[in-house]
Amino acid sequence: MKILNIILSAFRALQRNKMRSFLTMLGIIIGVGAVIAMLAIGQGAEYSVKEQIAALGTNVLMVYPGAQQQAGVRSGAGSATTLTEDDALAISRECPAVQYISPGAFAGGQVIAGNLNWSTSIQGVGSDYLEIRQWLIEYGDFFTDQDIKAAAKVCILGRTVADNLFPDASPVDQTIRIRSVPFKVAGVLTKKGQNAMGQDQDDVILAPYTTVIRRLSHFPNLRFILVSATSLKDIAAAQTQISELLRMRHKIQQYDADDFTIRNQTDLAATATATTQVLTILLASIASVSLLVGGIGIMNIMLVSVTERTREIGIRMSIGARARDILTQFLIEALVLSLLGGITGIILGVVGSQVISSIAKWPTIITAFSIILSFGFSIAIGIFFGFYPARKAAMLNPIDALRYE
Amino acid sequence: MIHDLAPSLAGTNGSLIQIEHLTKVYQLGEVDVHALRGVSVNVSKGEFVAIMGASGSGKSTFMNILGCLDKPTKGSYLLEGIDVGKLSRDELAMIRNKKIGFVFQGFNLLSRTSALENVELPLFYGPTSNKIRKVKATEALERVGLGDRIHHYPNQLSGGQQQRVAIARSLVNDPSIILADEPTGNLDSRTSVEVMGIFQELNNNGITIILVTHEPDIAEFAKRHIVFRDGKIRADKVNSKPKIASEVIKDLPLIDDEEEAA
Repeated sequence: MKILNIILSAFRALQRNKMRSFLTMLGIIIGVGAVIAMLAIGQGAEYSVKEQIAALGTNVLMVYPGAQQQAGVRSGAGSATTLTEDDALAISRECPAVQYISPGAFAGGQVIAGNLNWSTSIQGVGSDYLEIRQWLIEYGDFFTDQDIKAAAKVCILGRTVADNLFPDASPVDQTIRIRSVPFKVAGVLTKKGQNAMGQDQDDVILAPYTTVIRRLSHFPNLRFILVSATSLKDIAAAQTQISELLRMRHKIQQYDADDFTIRNQTDLAATATATTQVLTILLASIASVSLLVGGIGIMNIMLVSVTERTREIGIRMSIGARARDILTQFLIEALVLSLLGGITGIILGVVGSQVISSIAKWPTIITAFSIILSFGFSIAIGIFFGFYPARKAAMLNPIDALRYE
Repeated sequence: MIHDLAPSLAGTNGSLIQIEHLTKVYQLGEVDVHALRGVSVNVSKGEFVAIMGASGSGKSTFMNILGCLDKPTKGSYLLEGIDVGKLSRDELAMIRNKKIGFVFQGFNLLSRTSALENVELPLFYGPTSNKIRKVKATEALERVGLGDRIHHYPNQLSGGQQQRVAIARSLVNDPSIILADEPTGNLDSRTSVEVMGIFQELNNNGITIILVTHEPDIAEFAKRHIVFRDGKIRADKVNSKPKIASEVIKDLPLIDDEEEAA
C-alpha cells in the first residue's frame, strides 16, 4: 500500500470519529502548547537577564577589597581597607587592557530637598563612571575632575531620586542636604530601569568619591574600583594585569591569598543565565509531563480503535494486507493524531506566549529550537505510543479477527 | 507411493488445488481437537464446488486453509503448484491478495466506506496505480450489476447489493478461486438465488468457485458436492444437473430488495 494512500485513509479513519480524534489531539495540543509557552517564558527571562547585564556594561570589572586576615582570623569580604586611591591611579597608569577606571565609595542616608525627603544610596565615583556604566546625563552636567580634586559638594541625581525630591521643578542648580551636608545638584541621569536583581538603578545619587569619603562615609579607603576593559575579549587580560599589579603593590607573598577580589560581569551573566536556564528546563519539564499524558491518551485511543476495528483488520488481512501494512496503517493514524496535535499545539503555544507577553508583561521568546523540539517530540510520541497498539493490530490472527463481533 | 507421486503428477495436469492428507489439530487447553483428519481432494480450474456439512464437520477449517488464512498441521496443499504450507505469513498474505477472493456470510464490507472504495481495497495492497485501481473496481462493480451504485455506502445498500459489492471485491484482482463462505446465509431466498446467479455467471466465464453452505437448496446450483463429516470427506460427487439460477428466479415470488434499501 502506498504511503500517500495510507495517510489518506488514516485521515478518513480519524474523520469518522471527529470528536474522539479531537479530544485525543487535545492532549497533545495542550502538551505541545505548554512546552512552547514555557520555553518562551524561560527563554524570555534568560534574554532579559542577559540584556540587563549587558546594559551594565559587560566589559566591566569590579575590584573589591578582600577579607581582612589577622593570625588566621578572617573577617567578611570588603573588611580589608587595602584598596586605595593610589591603587586606582596605578591601575589606570600601568594596566594596558584597562580603558576607564572609577574609584568608588558609598554612603547611605536621608536626603532632604525643601520640604521633601528621600532615603537612598550615595555612590562616590570618578569622572569616568558614566563611560564605564554606559550611562548618560539627561540634563545638567556631570562633575569635573576639578570637582573630584577639590572634593566639591556637587551631585548628580538618579531619575527616581529626582522625581521624588523635585516632582515639579528642575533639580539642576538646586541644593539638597545629604546627612546635613549641602550639595549642589549638577545634573540628572537618564532612566536606566531595574537591574538583573530587580533593584531600581535610578534610585541613586552620584557624587565625587573624594567628597563621599571626606564628608559622608569617613571610611578612608576605597570600597571598590570600577574598571572597564578596552574590549570584551580583554577582560581576562585586564583581570590578570590588575591582579598582578595589586599583589605587587600590596606585597603579597607568592602562595598567599589575594587581599582583594575581582569580579566581572561575565561571571554574573553566566550565573544569571545558568539560573534562568534551570528555570527554563524546569518549566519545560513540567510542561513535558502534560505532553506525556497526551501521548498516553493517544495510546489509549489507538488501543480502543484497534479493538473496535478488529473486524476491519480481519477483512484487510483476508484480502491480502500483510502484518506490516496493518502496522503502518495504525502507526500512521497515531502519527497523524500526534502531528496534527503538535502543529496545532505550536500555534497555540505561539499565540499563548504572545498573550502572556501582553497581559503579564513578561518577555517571551520563541526560538526555532523550541518549535523544532516540540515538533520532534510530537513525532516521537506518535511513534512511541502508537507502536504498541499498531503492533497489537498487526499481530492479530486473521481468522479470529474476521469472527470478532 | 502413489500419494508421493500425486502432487507432481497433478501439478502438471492443470489442477488448481491439490490437497493430500490434510490434517488440522487445534489445541484448546490440554485437549487436542482434530478438525480435519486426513482430507485429500483435487479441484480443477473452472469448477463450481459446494462444500457441505453440519457445523463441526470441519468445513470451516477446510475453508480457512483453502483461503490461506490458516496452515495445515500435516499434509500438503498446493495452490497452482505452490506449496502453501511452506509459505511465510507475508507470502500467505500475497497469495490471498493475488489468487483468492473471499465472500463472507456477513458481507464484511468496511462501513462508512463507499462501494467503490470497498472494491478497490484489495488493489491497495498490490502494485496497482490509483487510476487503474478505480477503473478495475468500477468494472468489477458493473460486472455484478452495481454500476449505478458505486458511490453508495454499505448502509445505503440492501443485503443482496452488499453481497454483490463483496463479490465485486473478490473479483477485482482476477483471482484463481473465489471462496464463498455461506454467502447466502444472511439473505432471503430470492436474493440468495440472485447471488447464486452471479456466481454461476462468473463460473460460466471460467472462474473457479468454492462455496461453503449447509443449505442443500443452495448447493444445488454447484456442479460438484463435497460433503464433510467429522473432519473427513464423506461424499464427493458430481452434480450432473445443477439448477440454473436465472430459471429458478422466474418461479419465485417477487420481493423487491430495493424496498429494503430505501
